[in-house]
Amino acid sequence: MENIRLAFQGIWGHKMRSFLTMLGIIIGIASIITIVSTIKGTNEQIKQNLIGSGSNVVTVQLYQDSYTYDLSYNPPPEGVKVIEESTREVLEGLDGVEQVSFFTKREWSENVSAGSNSFSGGVFGVDRVYLELMDYQITYGRTFGDADFENCRKVVILDKTAAATLFPGVYPVGKTIEIKSEAFTVVGVVDKGASFAPTINSMEDYYMYADTSGGSIFMPGPTWPVVYRFDEPQAVVVRANSTDDMTRAGKSVADYLTANQISSNGSKVAAEDGEETEEAEVSGGSSFSYRSEDLLEQAQQLQEMSNSTNQQLIWIASISLLVGGIGVMNIMLVSVTERTSEIGLKKALGARKHRIRIQFLTEAAVLTSLGGIVGVVLGILLAELISRTNGIPVAISATAILISVIFSTVIGVVFGLLPAVKAANLNPIEALRRD
Amino acid sequence: MSMILQLDHVYKNYSRGKTEVPVLKDICLEVEKGEYLAIMGPSGSGKTTLMNLIGCLDVPTEGKYILDGKQIGSLDDNALADIRNQYIGFVFQNFYLLPKMTALDNVALPLLYAGVSQKERRERAAEALKAVGLEERAGFYPNQLSGGQCQRVAIARAMVGNPQLLLADEPTGALDTASGNQIMEIFRELSGKGMTIIMITHEPSIAACANKTYHILDGQLITTGKEAAADEEG
Repeated sequence: MENIRLAFQGIWGHKMRSFLTMLGIIIGIASIITIVSTIKGTNEQIKQNLIGSGSNVVTVQLYQDSYTYDLSYNPPPEGVKVIEESTREVLEGLDGVEQVSFFTKREWSENVSAGSNSFSGGVFGVDRVYLELMDYQITYGRTFGDADFENCRKVVILDKTAAATLFPGVYPVGKTIEIKSEAFTVVGVVDKGASFAPTINSMEDYYMYADTSGGSIFMPGPTWPVVYRFDEPQAVVVRANSTDDMTRAGKSVADYLTANQISSNGSKVAAEDGEETEEAEVSGGSSFSYRSEDLLEQAQQLQEMSNSTNQQLIWIASISLLVGGIGVMNIMLVSVTERTSEIGLKKALGARKHRIRIQFLTEAAVLTSLGGIVGVVLGILLAELISRTNGIPVAISATAILISVIFSTVIGVVFGLLPAVKAANLNPIEALRRD
Repeated sequence: MSMILQLDHVYKNYSRGKTEVPVLKDICLEVEKGEYLAIMGPSGSGKTTLMNLIGCLDVPTEGKYILDGKQIGSLDDNALADIRNQYIGFVFQNFYLLPKMTALDNVALPLLYAGVSQKERRERAAEALKAVGLEERAGFYPNQLSGGQCQRVAIARAMVGNPQLLLADEPTGALDTASGNQIMEIFRELSGKGMTIIMITHEPSIAACANKTYHILDGQLITTGKEAAADEEG
């Protein structure tokens, strides 16, 4: 205690020098805190955005080998059946699944226009629950009614982006658009959730914001064959009971679909529809499978990416801590020289080596700890400033703060050791002789 | 009277580069409890080295030094520090007060090293300051005190641990005559109470205050006795 008081006295006695010495530590710690806070905030946002706060939606799509099977360029997959309405009940009975919705899509649709405005974005053929399940809300017009589905009406609902592209400055409901030369009537405009910032709640959103694509157009599923094909197997969106169930629910739906919708040699479906699938696959199993987009995994991948950047930045910031530590050592050596007669006197009065050593170590440690604390405060302020100006979310990490302060103390002890030992080993006669 | 310290054929060499320079040669000195003696000698004669040996700041190259029955020569740094703390009070020419501490804290410093509790430190330091007549200056910093007052604070610091021996190195060297006389008055009082005092000086008038004077020349103790000092004065 006495030593800490003495250390503060010493530091206070050389305010300017102490501050300059601390500066290296302050800058190092501040940059580490800023980096960690910003990256942690980004990570949390990635997780929140990808997994979604509350919507718990997983998309299950058809894959060929390791790639999604894109029906824009490819023929309908051999041996993969269209999902029947009766399957819905089975899927919704699976563990962790709350609700499912089937849809067909063209991710990059061409030949969509309204007058001179053309559109290239996603076109979706959806079932009755899709829009609700995906958390779309009607902003203008109406949603699809039973009659739209039963009569295969040529009606579409636009999302905000599509509406803005096709009908800039015009009220779109009641207007007509052309998809592959077929006329469709716009009956409504939908928008996702209320949030202003881009929250990524599904893969479509992810693609949308990643590629700034042109939006989405929805039509009733039964209308799909009017412009596209009959026999396209759908993709499925699965709403899980909870966020923790997402991966499991997605996987069980995908497994069920792979087992029951895809026929290949040797499977029971193949046995039933033998003649159709004979030429589909030569080898023992189909190359097709249903897989769920594991958003949790994707979030983790993105987080890993930002974490590795994070680590490199921390290494760089650590160099400034090293430089700061050397600065502390330098000043402590100067301090030992300056206080030679003080040390000599203390030794003459009976101070043991240990006591002198502790005194200087404490002073160095207090100096760097103070620097660490100031650095933490500065780092938090800096992180807040960045989040205010750049909109990057910031999460202050208590662990990082604790580690920083402890680490700065350790720097003081490590770099204070040499000067302290030098002081403790001073010969009192020599020390007293010098004035 | 019992013996407090004994130097038995003590030699001290310092190495200057490769050559060993003898500073003290064959010093034999016995001091009894309660003695008040002065050691005189020109500069370079080795009197400060002798003082360092007696003060356990250094150990002899050869010969025996026995302080209060303990052989000093074989002790390590920490043990020497403990001996200094326990047995010896130092008074220096330049006072060596710590400028950032009050008079009271300066006086209390040796007690800190002796492991005395803070409360007791303050009480005993205040007492020691009172003994040198500076009780009302306890909260002053050294730069607020005159040279004479500083030296009295230093004496209080030397005495606070109740040492067996007071070692003074030119205690009046930095003081005017009036202040110097005050210090000598305090020494006389301490001596009267039975304190053993060894004082190094080159001023005959100061040495005359002691009961016994030794002369040191070229590292050898040559003369003893108050009479010798008186002769030189005359």
